[in-house]
Amino acid sequence: MAKLTLLLFLFTCFIFSSSFAFQSDELLVDDDEFGLEGGAKPHSTELYTSSSSSSPQQQQQTPTIRKRYSDPTDLDSKVQFTLQHAFGDSDFSPAGTFSARLKSWSHGGKTLTKLRFSRNDFSAEEKDAFKNLLKGDEFYRIRLPSNVISPPGKEFVIASVRARCLPRDGLDEHFIIHMEGANILAVSYGSPGACQYPRQFKLPAKWAFNSHTILKSSEQAPRTPIFTEEKIIGGENVEGEVEPPPERSFWAKYWMYLIPLGLVVMNAVTQVSNMAEEPTGGQAGGSQVQQSARRR
Amino acid sequence: MAMAIRVFLLLLIFLSSAIVSFSLYEDQVGLMDWHQRYIGKVKHAVFHTQKTGRKRVIVSTEENVVASLDLRLGEIFWRHVLGTKDAIDGVDIALGKYVITLSSEGTTLRAWNLPDGQMVWETSLHSAQHSKSLLSVPTNLKVDKDYPIIVFGGGYLHAVSAIDGEVLWKKDFTEEGFEIQRVLQPPGSSIIYVLGFLNSSEAVVYQIDSKSGEVVAQKSMVFPGGFSGEISSVSNDKVVVLDSTRSILVTIGFLDGDISFQKTQISDIVEDSGKAEILSPLLSNMLAVKVNKRTIFVRVGGEGKLEVVDSLSDEIAMSDSLPVADDQEAFASVHHEGSKIHLMVKLVNDLDTVLLRESIQMDQHRGRVHKVFINNYIRTDRTNGFRALIVMEDHSLLLLQQGAIVWSREEGLASVTDVTTVELPVAKDGVSVAKVEHTLLEWLKGHMLKLKGSLLLASPEEVVAIQELRLKSSGKNKLTRDHNGFRKLILALTRAGKLFALHTGDGRIVWSMLLNSPSKSEACERPNGINLYQWQVPHHHAMDKNPSVLVVGRCGSDSSAPGVLSFVDVYTGKELSSSDIGHSVVQVMPLPFTDSTEQRLHLIADTDGHVHLYPKTSEALSIFQREFQNVYWYTVGADDGIIRGHAMKSSCSGETADEYCFSTRELWTVVFPSESEKIISTLTRKPNEVVHTQAKVNTDQDLLYKYVSKNLLFVATVSPKGAGEIGSVTPEESSLVVYLIDTITGRILHRLSHQGCQGPVHAVFSENWVVYHYFNLRAHKYEVTVVEIYDQSRAENKNVWKLILGKHNLTAPITSYSRPEVLTKSQSYFFAQSVKTIAVTSTTKGITSKQLLIGTIGDQILALDKRFVDPRRTLNPSQAEKEEGIIPLTDSLPIIPQSYVTHSLKVEGLRGIVAAPTKLESTTHVFAYGVDLFYTRLAPSKTYDSLTDDFSYALLLITIVALVAAIYITWVLSEKKELSEKWR
Repeated sequence: MAKLTLLLFLFTCFIFSSSFAFQSDELLVDDDEFGLEGGAKPHSTELYTSSSSSSPQQQQQTPTIRKRYSDPTDLDSKVQFTLQHAFGDSDFSPAGTFSARLKSWSHGGKTLTKLRFSRNDFSAEEKDAFKNLLKGDEFYRIRLPSNVISPPGKEFVIASVRARCLPRDGLDEHFIIHMEGANILAVSYGSPGACQYPRQFKLPAKWAFNSHTILKSSEQAPRTPIFTEEKIIGGENVEGEVEPPPERSFWAKYWMYLIPLGLVVMNAVTQVSNMAEEPTGGQAGGSQVQQSARRR
Repeated sequence: MAMAIRVFLLLLIFLSSAIVSFSLYEDQVGLMDWHQRYIGKVKHAVFHTQKTGRKRVIVSTEENVVASLDLRLGEIFWRHVLGTKDAIDGVDIALGKYVITLSSEGTTLRAWNLPDGQMVWETSLHSAQHSKSLLSVPTNLKVDKDYPIIVFGGGYLHAVSAIDGEVLWKKDFTEEGFEIQRVLQPPGSSIIYVLGFLNSSEAVVYQIDSKSGEVVAQKSMVFPGGFSGEISSVSNDKVVVLDSTRSILVTIGFLDGDISFQKTQISDIVEDSGKAEILSPLLSNMLAVKVNKRTIFVRVGGEGKLEVVDSLSDEIAMSDSLPVADDQEAFASVHHEGSKIHLMVKLVNDLDTVLLRESIQMDQHRGRVHKVFINNYIRTDRTNGFRALIVMEDHSLLLLQQGAIVWSREEGLASVTDVTTVELPVAKDGVSVAKVEHTLLEWLKGHMLKLKGSLLLASPEEVVAIQELRLKSSGKNKLTRDHNGFRKLILALTRAGKLFALHTGDGRIVWSMLLNSPSKSEACERPNGINLYQWQVPHHHAMDKNPSVLVVGRCGSDSSAPGVLSFVDVYTGKELSSSDIGHSVVQVMPLPFTDSTEQRLHLIADTDGHVHLYPKTSEALSIFQREFQNVYWYTVGADDGIIRGHAMKSSCSGETADEYCFSTRELWTVVFPSESEKIISTLTRKPNEVVHTQAKVNTDQDLLYKYVSKNLLFVATVSPKGAGEIGSVTPEESSLVVYLIDTITGRILHRLSHQGCQGPVHAVFSENWVVYHYFNLRAHKYEVTVVEIYDQSRAENKNVWKLILGKHNLTAPITSYSRPEVLTKSQSYFFAQSVKTIAVTSTTKGITSKQLLIGTIGDQILALDKRFVDPRRTLNPSQAEKEEGIIPLTDSLPIIPQSYVTHSLKVEGLRGIVAAPTKLESTTHVFAYGVDLFYTRLAPSKTYDSLTDDFSYALLLITIVALVAAIYITWVLSEKKELSEKWR
């Protein structure tokens, strides 16, 4: 049932969004590789992971918005922003580029989709700097602009990790970027798995980054299901008293009386039987003695 | 044997009739709870002593309380706590039977019945702008003629009938730049004089007919220098004003509507001139001016001529003048000398005539006298007597009469800012404590009485005796530790900077101490107390070492003001040491390390981003250096919407720095976009909270591990539009987002948004759950949401074999740098009440189930089981779930009237609730503070580990004795029977 409603919901969303997209054909053409992507709700969590091994790429130092299409009615636009890093307390320098598509919604909201990341390889100096960090168990820090449309926005969003957490075979890193519209709230940065403590000094086997990125937006709070009239009445009954105790069995109710009663009865029975047995037994014994005496 | 059974049965029936109950009955009130009523620091006082009946004084306070106090005993006849935004501007008595209060910047006028405090009428006055407010109640005692009450506030002058509160007329004074200074109503005249300044340079006098509100005449006159705004009215047709340079006193006379100025240079009448200040007391034909710390009395002559009559160098407090016999006026002045205060009542016309001179020994810890109010009475020998009501620096209120303190009220306790609990000293041999134990006979007598009571055999007198016995029972007021930890000291820091130690047994003040500034400099005469921390809690040296607390204070209200540390011995209340620390205090962080004398290490962050380590000892430094790499801290910038995480970097550089100062580096930031989110609430777990079990067993025999990190921060943000009052925005405009943030790495572990919801958010954070309360604009209801967070990284450790063979990661150190795998569960419920504060019970080991303590809008405390806000509640719980105690899901939380822990009492102006564990696992101390104080002990899962106080030991004894006797009797009987049978 739940699946069915979900499907229905997605379907209606799809119809809905496509009717919007009707204004611009190109948008649909561009969306082909991801199918239902456009049908996602603006405020539900959007998880999108892209994994890219680093490859030296021509850099764009200052993040800018590049409109891919000259069509002014186009609602989507490409956006790029740089990742910057710092070794210990050094200054920040560019370390990679995020590129994503900025989707504008009819109600004015904006969301990022299709995030891609290209990481620069460490230069020789950076390698040395990183080695020093590893030796001293120091912090490797990264930062992102807090607004992707007009970077750096209010301020840079900084995250850091102990350098010794990153090296495995290569350098494994994991980004979770928390978005609010076109703003970056925070970025969680670290190794994709556990980081052993105490941290051991270990140089990476190969100096290449293995990056994972996740884009997260806020989640709607679950709501108590709306109660129908009857259920509210039923609920109020429960409210007043915590719960009426279930009807207990006869034995559960009166065991404390029944056990002594049983004892009394048992006692009485044994006494009565004793009393009855004693004289008859005596007589029987006596008669046997008499009988045997007679036989003698 | 049959006999024995019969006796046994009888006893059984007998025992089962003794009802055991766990809820609070009427006669249990006051057994372990106490309630103290306060009013706060007094602002105005009006005596009412004319009639022969009860003598009383009407006061209004800074806690927005209007109260009527018994002048003989200082008890409260009645009081009303107005809302927090309803500050009282003036109080007076009208018609001899109504108390008139003006509040909310002169927009609300209320009349209260003098004897019982019932509200007679209330009038909302029209207000157009913010302005100072004035209340003028005619002193005319002729009741037959209704002179109106004249009120100025919000730019309008109103005349209000004292009888029914009807607005008779109103006059618009909202003219640009016009500020009303005085409203004078000469007795017996129907003309009201209204004096105001236009742009602080032109004096305007209106004459208004008090019947119709029509302006009869208007005069204005320009004063070239401009006025400073300080004013003192000396008579019915004269006021004295300071000019804007504060060096000229201007007498403004407006007799019959003609304005006249008379300027007097202060340097002409006093030798040492300087910036002058007019003191507030109203003296007839005289005013008090403060120049260069000297108080100068200046008499105003008939022609507006000023002459100095007296000059005092001491710091004194003065009262307004009041008429005594023969057209004379008298006023009181109080000054300090050593540990004594001197009260003098002098005639205004002749300062050499001292009507009364009294010296009173005063507790050092009350500080200086802030305010004096006097009242006169006729002594038995027909001379004038005076009583003075004085307000001290620690906000306490005292009545002085005949050279003695008649009564005193510790009103500082109405403004508690921080609370902590400490243990009492261990009982030692030879230490005499109040002897409370009775002899055995008395003990038995008491228990026989109780037994009678529980068997409903007691006569009414005996019931009273039982109740009395219970109330003063069993040494609950001793000053030593007890087995159950029921006796403790509650330390309360007040806004006035006074520290009180209250006993949990009966709420009495064990000791009190006013904070002192160590330097005694002028800038910091008395530091404001900010927070209270446990400094030293000796466990190893509990017998010979006293615990101490750290009081962090600040010189001035600005956050960059230099801080003051004060260390106070908890048992004696003596200040061990205090120091000016020379840097500001933004945040105080107790560290989880103690040195060899069990002093806790504290870090104090200043405004420059440096942190300072305390205590400043080399041992503390070496302990700190060891953990240097693992110390992190964070700051919440509520103004700019940025949360920053920091780590230690190195020692401070700079010439003023010492080796205990450290610089920090920024590790992470969470930046909330200013156009969509604004931080309204942040919260962390209590650092000393104990979690008993880290795992939670589900109904399907599944195991969930609680995420019990101490480094979690709960943050609630709302859209900036929705930061105002509830209902000021539409649901579409407002949303509420809550976050759980790891404060080491800045990771957002959980984020949830509530569309169409609005603050204020009240939250409580304990173990692995947060419960928060907010307003849902769509449903027009308050809502409570619970979030529980579970650790998935340890979820694999379910296999018993793994546990036995040690192949689990439960003992591995947990580091925040591992990627957290968490699972959150959340559920929302409607809650019918608006909430002031939420707390949670806490017990020693954390085994006992928890209750939420909700401070409701009605100033009561509701104890709600945590089970009700379980996110796993479902509509139709299965049998297994029911067995586990899961309640069927309802859309709102129940409010069960019996679960109010304050029963019938109200903790007026409730601001905070503090829960502290006792030694007994089942029980917890609960202390609530506001204008009132309330304390009780709670047992969230009933007292399963001890017998109740009501337990009748006598009944147990009698039962045992009866059983032994029955055994003996039946034994004898059976012996006899056997014997007789053998003889048969």
